[in-house]
Amino acid sequence: MTEFVIGHFNIITYIVLMMIGFYAMTGKTNLVKKLVGMNIFQWSIILFVVSLGAKRGATIPILLDDANHDRNPEVVLDAMQYVNPLPHVLMLTAIVVGVATTGVALALLLRIYSQYGTLEEDELLETIRSAGNPSAPSR
Amino acid sequence: MIAEQQSIIVKTLCRLLVPFIQMFGLYVIMHGHSSPGGGFQGGVILASSFILLAIGFGLETVKQRFSIAAVTVFTSTGVLLYAVTGIVCLLLGANYLDYGILPVANPRSIGMLVIEVSVGITVMAAFVSIFHDLITFE
Amino acid sequence: MKSLHLVVTSVTGFLLILGSLDVPDTGDPSSPPSLHVSPRYIERGFAETDVPNMVTAVLADYRSFDTLGEVTVVFAAAMSVLLILRGGRRRA
Repeated sequence: MTEFVIGHFNIITYIVLMMIGFYAMTGKTNLVKKLVGMNIFQWSIILFVVSLGAKRGATIPILLDDANHDRNPEVVLDAMQYVNPLPHVLMLTAIVVGVATTGVALALLLRIYSQYGTLEEDELLETIRSAGNPSAPSR
Repeated sequence: MIAEQQSIIVKTLCRLLVPFIQMFGLYVIMHGHSSPGGGFQGGVILASSFILLAIGFGLETVKQRFSIAAVTVFTSTGVLLYAVTGIVCLLLGANYLDYGILPVANPRSIGMLVIEVSVGITVMAAFVSIFHDLITFE
Repeated sequence: MKSLHLVVTSVTGFLLILGSLDVPDTGDPSSPPSLHVSPRYIERGFAETDVPNMVTAVLADYRSFDTLGEVTVVFAAAMSVLLILRGGRRRA
């Protein structure tokens, strides 16, 4: 049990962070708090995938120009000495997509506030339902 | 709309810091081959220099130097430059975005540099445009 | 209602931890993410592309098609914010 916790401490930490974000997304009624929860959820996934590429005793995946590294193109490098670069690359894309999604969500929140005057979810549903729109979901 | 700050300390510090931030952003884009960095990171640093200027001096000062029409043109220019690089490789006989066919020395390294610069331009212009739209909405 | 959300969140977290019993240990060099194509990127990245930064070499050369899609996403986000906040209504 303890060696499971010690060997998998990264997945347990990021699952706790993910559940904090999940609770904020579903349990809060303010739209800005839901957006913050979505951001926390997304960042926990990104950090977890980056931590999957770690290797014991390995260094960063960049060939520096010092005595330890050989910048000779004929030498085949040892794959055990460098951290896996593939999760870093894929998560760069994920970070940028997350920031773009947050920007569009903030623009939508500005329009909702300017049209309805409130950012609380239950007041918004009441306003939409009482304006004669029967397709608004009821709680 | 952001108004101009009244404190002279804030205004002087913003004016002194902006050239260094822009130079560091350009360094991160260009030096992405040998150190951590690349197109996205340098583009965000360049965009943050414009946002610092807008916070310190007001949005009108930034719009006089870098108009919103130019920002929108820059957003499309980066994507267009990226796609045109791929089409040039296609016209020279190789696959799409296959840089080995370009007639320069170290063709894959030069192709990667053009890609990173185009990504930096698009990211910078996109974030300045999003910031401007979020601030000037009534 | 708040206790229902807490119960659902805890049950989901517990099930996720239970589902991760087979994930290899942290820092294991022989875990599946480090085995199939990434040793090829590390071993022959500098020889083929002449770029010392392996992350940039993979992002801009081996997987440059994904980076094209990502730049398109950033462009689409900027255009979406423009259309939501500035466009739409014609000012006569």
